[in-house]
Amino acid sequence: MRRDIFQAIADPTRRAIITLIALQAMTPNAIADNFNTSRQSVSKHLRILTECNLVKQEQQGREIYYSLEIEKMKEIDKWLNQFRKIWEARFNQLDKVLSTMKKKKK
Amino acid sequence: MKTDLLFDLTVDKTTKTVSITREFAADLSLVWDAYTKQEILDQWWAPKPWSSKTKFMNFEVGGRRFYAMVSPEGQERWSVQKYTSITPKTNFKFFNAFADAAENLELPGSEWDLNFSEQNGMTKVNISIYNESLARLEKMVEMGFKEGSAMQLKNLEELLETLSHRS
Repeated sequence: MRRDIFQAIADPTRRAIITLIALQAMTPNAIADNFNTSRQSVSKHLRILTECNLVKQEQQGREIYYSLEIEKMKEIDKWLNQFRKIWEARFNQLDKVLSTMKKKKK
Repeated sequence: MKTDLLFDLTVDKTTKTVSITREFAADLSLVWDAYTKQEILDQWWAPKPWSSKTKFMNFEVGGRRFYAMVSPEGQERWSVQKYTSITPKTNFKFFNAFADAAENLELPGSEWDLNFSEQNGMTKVNISIYNESLARLEKMVEMGFKEGSAMQLKNLEELLETLSHRS
């Protein structure tokens, strides 16, 4: 099964988990308190996020805390932003071309 | 010129589709020409400082466009678009694949579906791009355009919202 950053964000619950732990490291129980789904389901999502290297675990006493791998997250930022930029630039150029074409027609 | 033109771009990983909607302050026939005529396409298709170079274009069902994105250093990245369906001033579809300079295709490719509609002198274009593989989708973006800079993490929420739009 594909395990990468795009797999990680393909699910709405995982995206919500990402947003939660972006603010602070949390235990699985604390994360699960924010959802109506079962703890097993949250554990499953955490496992996938871990396999995608998007979250890291840290043992503090008896508890495991999950936090976000910020650097990994930036990969998506970069990817989508590049893509958006390409299309923005392309369309801005087309705006100009269309404006020139309109003037020529008149 | 109007600056508040509609622009929407969403990536749906589950259907492996990118949807792009943009409005243009021009009537339909003009916009249609801009998308379907070689000499106009080459003026805007490549985001500067890249340029678009069309070797040939035969806009008819079964026909194709063979073109390159040319980097500022003169490096050429070739692609082929094979037209699979054309409904004048309404819709056209093509199969797009990267290629080498001898037109040998690098599969898999992507399927493009472009829809045009006019309202009150404004033309809306909706483009949907279906990729067989997610890896292909990523490659489509990465090819040549490495200079894009990363957004700050504060934009994370906004980004996630965009990505969740269609899921």
